[in-house]
Amino acid sequence: MFDNLKIVWHQGKQFIPDVVAEVVPGIFRGRPIISLAKVNEDKLVELCPTGAISKAPCSINLGKCTFCGECAIQFPEKIAFTKDNKLSTNQLDRLIIKEGEDSPIVLNPAKIRAEIRKTFGNSLKLRSVSAGGDNSCEWELTASNNVQFDMSRFGIDFVASPRHADGIVITGPITENMAEPLQRCYNAIPEPKIIILAGTDAISGGIFADSPAIDRSFLSKYPVDLYIAGNPVHPLTFINGVLELTRSKYMKK
Amino acid sequence: MKYLTIHNNQTVNIKDIPVFTYREFLEENIVLLKGQAKKHCVNYFGVNDNLQIKLYCCIADDDTHEIFINSSIINIADSIPSLSAQNHNFEKFEREIHENFGIKYTDHPWLKPMRYANNRANKQLGIADYPFYKADSEELHEVGVGPIHAGIIEPGHFRFICNGEQILHLEIQLGYQHRGIEQLFLQKTKLLERATLAENIAGDTTVGHTSAFSNLWESLCDVSSDKSLQFSRTLALELERIAIHTGDLAAICADIGYQLGNSVFGRLRTPIVNFFQEWGGNRLAKGLIRPGKINYPFTKELAQRLKEIFIAYERDFNEMADKFFSLPSVLSRLEKTGIVSYEEALEIGTVGMVARTCGLNRDIRSSHPSNLYGDLFNHEPIIKHQGDVYSRVKLREEEIQQSILYCKKLLENIPEFNKAENTEIKPGNDKFTLSLIEGWRGEICHCAITDEQGNLKAYKIKDPSHHNWMALAQSVRNNEISDFPVCNKSFNLSYSGHDL
Repeated sequence: MFDNLKIVWHQGKQFIPDVVAEVVPGIFRGRPIISLAKVNEDKLVELCPTGAISKAPCSINLGKCTFCGECAIQFPEKIAFTKDNKLSTNQLDRLIIKEGEDSPIVLNPAKIRAEIRKTFGNSLKLRSVSAGGDNSCEWELTASNNVQFDMSRFGIDFVASPRHADGIVITGPITENMAEPLQRCYNAIPEPKIIILAGTDAISGGIFADSPAIDRSFLSKYPVDLYIAGNPVHPLTFINGVLELTRSKYMKK
Repeated sequence: MKYLTIHNNQTVNIKDIPVFTYREFLEENIVLLKGQAKKHCVNYFGVNDNLQIKLYCCIADDDTHEIFINSSIINIADSIPSLSAQNHNFEKFEREIHENFGIKYTDHPWLKPMRYANNRANKQLGIADYPFYKADSEELHEVGVGPIHAGIIEPGHFRFICNGEQILHLEIQLGYQHRGIEQLFLQKTKLLERATLAENIAGDTTVGHTSAFSNLWESLCDVSSDKSLQFSRTLALELERIAIHTGDLAAICADIGYQLGNSVFGRLRTPIVNFFQEWGGNRLAKGLIRPGKINYPFTKELAQRLKEIFIAYERDFNEMADKFFSLPSVLSRLEKTGIVSYEEALEIGTVGMVARTCGLNRDIRSSHPSNLYGDLFNHEPIIKHQGDVYSRVKLREEEIQQSILYCKKLLENIPEFNKAENTEIKPGNDKFTLSLIEGWRGEICHCAITDEQGNLKAYKIKDPSHHNWMALAQSVRNNEISDFPVCNKSFNLSYSGHDL
């Protein structure tokens, strides 16, 4: 009994009090800033392993970016990754960061379905489906509910059955072999329900985008409510993204 | 000689690998492995060569640190005897050859599709058509679990045949995670694309697979890696081991309903993965290990920081582990649960952590060392003999402590880091390279073959899970089905690493 209390005491306070203001320690490759400096843009485009960089105007599509940071290493005068970990939106083109821009990534309020905030504003139960995910995003989703990030303080949890869930979180590029199980899982979730794509692989297919072994037809059938960029998604990015979608007080102005 | 002898990370000319008739090839490799615990097959695969299939078999000798390679050419239409009929080490390798090329084996004991790969020979049947083993009896029932599981984990289907609560048989069907990685390695020709693929093979073993790829690529291109790269790979491998083992201990606690352990071990993983964040900007070390360079030098400040992290970590970890292993209610769930015997481990060809808990000493860090292993320290693998869940949990605790010692040793002498430069490196023509790395799960093997222009002709990846999934299926026999989760977690095998 007392040695249990001693162990608890020794842990100190582990939880992050304010997940919105928290800054990730060390190096974090968050929302990039692209300067107006003149560089060889063809080389820059050629460098990116997933074709996330475009030229004229120079831009990075965070839905395709693997956040390897190679572009910022090779072209430090052009590209810098900031520590801004808020990388979620509900409209794909808002993940495209153009040169000269330095403003937060925000959701389009007009595209948030009315029932989402009304129904899920205080409680949200999610079902995770890894559809070709490499287990990195899955580790980070699990970490979102550990004692540090403690997502369940907001009433947001992962549940074991789609029948208990309000929405689905998809990780991975959606393999051909997972296309049907994913569809069945989605069908088993009662209405109203939301779809969240977590991580670059889920949003665009990432490095697997042109593999013949993936089947992304599921995504053309239903509206996606939230895209959360990252490789893998950082727990803070995930929690903040879901809060912004479901609660108006967390919406960035 | 009936084979070519090489060492880990050695590049050889394809023409120097002896080619035999299939019968000689079969006999030679069966004889090589017969009654030998110190030898095992690290890779066996086929490469398509003008309507013929060239088979390469790579057998590692843990005593002499050598790897024996030979080859044989067969026709796609051939019906041939299998190696698996005589040695079950080859079971999955031959299933893969059968699936990808349609080679017919006349006497393979378990010739089922492996992963329903996109490039499989028979596209008529899909993953929903898998032929499960069946037992018809009014006494027995089947339990199907997955592909989507209750937790936040990867997909795979488990089919149990049970007598009441007791598991008689478990069949594990995989393939749901197949993304066609080996094909993409050939399709994508930029080095950064391939490095990105390597780090996505299994995201929980990012360092393991990127190190195997980087060691292989440098050897294939005939460039040497300097001390700083080897230092980084060795340190990162040990840190990855500490991080994942700690997370696994937390997950084991969750599966037996021990909340305190779950919370404490769960939070202790954070400082280690956050250290990866501080070093290279990613909690799972993506972007850190690259062939020929490292973008994030390891500084004196980082070393100081890691020492501080270890001081805090060790105090809390040891306190929690001592408590955990002293609780009768914990031990009663772990001891004698999910046993794999030494004989089974040997027959299956089990590798890595799982082999070491069955008294089978398989650890690439000591048997085929690369990077700073065998150089800076002579690794002594930790061996357990019971082969139960307890052994696999206890091994993790002891390996964490061992890895911390290794990291501290590495920190005593930090090499100079040069500025990262992208040099154009190109593979040689008609070459074969094999690279072995001990990831936290066990032996990772990457093989590459180039054509006459130096382009990649084949890239083969083998995650330790390739062998060890069968050990999990065997371990749960005669256990209660309620013990399956803790058994499964004690193995913690990779779905994506298997499915590729």
